[in-house]
Amino acid sequence: MTSAPITVTINGARKTLNVSSRITLADALRDVARLTGTHVGCEHGVCGACTVIIDGLAVRSCLMLAVQAAGSEITTVEGLANKGEFSALQASFRKHHAVQCGFCTPGILTTMHALLREEPDADEERIRDVLSGNICRCTGYVQIVEAVMEARASYSRGSAA
Amino acid sequence: MKFPPLRYLTPQSLDEAIALLEQHGADAKLLSGGQSLMPMLAFRLASCSILIDLKFVPGLDRITVTDRGVELGSRVRWRDIEHDVRLPTVQPLLSMAVKHIAHYAIRNRGTVGGSLAHGDPASELPALAVACGATIAIAGPNGRRSLPAEEFFLFPLITALEPNEVIVSLHFPPWPKARSFGFQEFSRRRGDFAMAGAIVFFDQDKDQNICSPHIGAFGIADTPLRLGEAEKFLLGNRAGSRIFEEAAAHGVRNVDVRADIHADSDYRRALLATLVNRALVEAAQRTSP
Ligand SMILES: Cc1cc2nc3c(=O)[nH]c(=O)nc-3n(C[C@H](O)[C@H](O)[C@H](O)COP(=O)(O)OP(=O)(O)OC[C@H]3O[C@@H](n4cnc5c(N)ncnc54)[C@H](O)[C@@H]3O)c2cc1C
Ligand code: FES
Ligand code: FES
Repeated sequence: MTSAPITVTINGARKTLNVSSRITLADALRDVARLTGTHVGCEHGVCGACTVIIDGLAVRSCLMLAVQAAGSEITTVEGLANKGEFSALQASFRKHHAVQCGFCTPGILTTMHALLREEPDADEERIRDVLSGNICRCTGYVQIVEAVMEARASYSRGSAA
Repeated sequence: MKFPPLRYLTPQSLDEAIALLEQHGADAKLLSGGQSLMPMLAFRLASCSILIDLKFVPGLDRITVTDRGVELGSRVRWRDIEHDVRLPTVQPLLSMAVKHIAHYAIRNRGTVGGSLAHGDPASELPALAVACGATIAIAGPNGRRSLPAEEFFLFPLITALEPNEVIVSLHFPPWPKARSFGFQEFSRRRGDFAMAGAIVFFDQDKDQNICSPHIGAFGIADTPLRLGEAEKFLLGNRAGSRIFEEAAAHGVRNVDVRADIHADSDYRRALLATLVNRALVEAAQRTSP
């Protein structure tokens, strides 16, 4: 099988990864880039745990080959914190006890971060609608919704949080 | 599950993509958004050793609105449809349908051409294409052809597309003013594939009688369907709850309804009748400007 180098920007740093063309972006992030924050649950697009942000959009990293991401800018859950400080969204998850086992959390944080950057005024219905693509087996979602609702204040149109 | 060994190719033009399909035959598959193909490959429900990504093929990602209707390039994503401000007026059913397709992150990558070629009988776009009498433009080694959506879907996951052909676009006929329309689907969870769904639209003549009724159904049979018998019930009648109920009940009577682990065929038929009725009631209250 052929292995080829791809260049991507991960959480602001340019990286060259040596990947075989069959491996998913999720596996490349975890096993090659050694960023294990991106979780792999179902490997067929259903659970949302593997969601990362590519060129601004939340996508399933299990449904993409790593080679498809060549040249793109990727944000994983590790890229949300700023110099070791939780982002407002992460801090809100902690405050509202929106994390239990934490398996779903990376995918939910990246999805909600991408959503709030696009739609900082998303209402509860919209947040729940988008959250329907991420399965959490622990929390029952109520605290997650509360955490996201409160974090909205730190996002405004066009600016990062 | 992990993917089988794969080669990944990125043609720069439509002709190059077709030539690659010709060259590699059954070993190759086109890749668009990957939101159906990748799960199929992971589960070994599809197999191939070469993926031909269409992402660099120019001109496939446009939504064109003219007085001849709406044309969606095959690489138009669900996301692009959601964000297009023209579509709610020029093809409002499309804007309604796309909200039911998958989830936010999947809509960021899934595309029109992939959905048509995948041909899942429970998926929204193929059903809308059939209900609206849309046509599919296809390119192959011998040039272009175009096929009515009604002739395109043959069986679950089987279409009239030849292995060396590429879907170029989907064309919806013009949408007249003052048309009434409704879209209803039922699934167990938000974003899941529909257990059943109904798409309806009709116009009314100057005496308020229904003309050109269209009723589509999906999640029901091997392919998306038009419910001709239900349409006949409506034709020439005034819109109203009695006629809607009759059309819904009689219209589904002779449909060959599939059964699966989620719903037996009696339940699914009853569900379809309910959805057709709801979509008609919705249509009576929702008329485009
Ligand atoms: C969790 C989940 C839930 C989903 N729920 C829904 C849902 O509710 N409703 C729904 O409709 N869909 C649903 N989908 C599927 C999704 O909409 C897909 O995006 C779509 O079916 C396929 O589009 P794609 O661009 O991803 O195609 P791909 O996966 O890239 O390709 C699908 C097939 O089409 C072929 N193909 C792609 N482009 C072309 C072309 N231009 N010409 C010829 N052949 C081509 C490929 O070779 C492949 O066989 C869901 C997917 C997931 C993972
Ligand atoms: S691991 Fe990607 S969606 Fe579940
Ligand atoms: S916190 Fe355990 S799955 Fe969500």
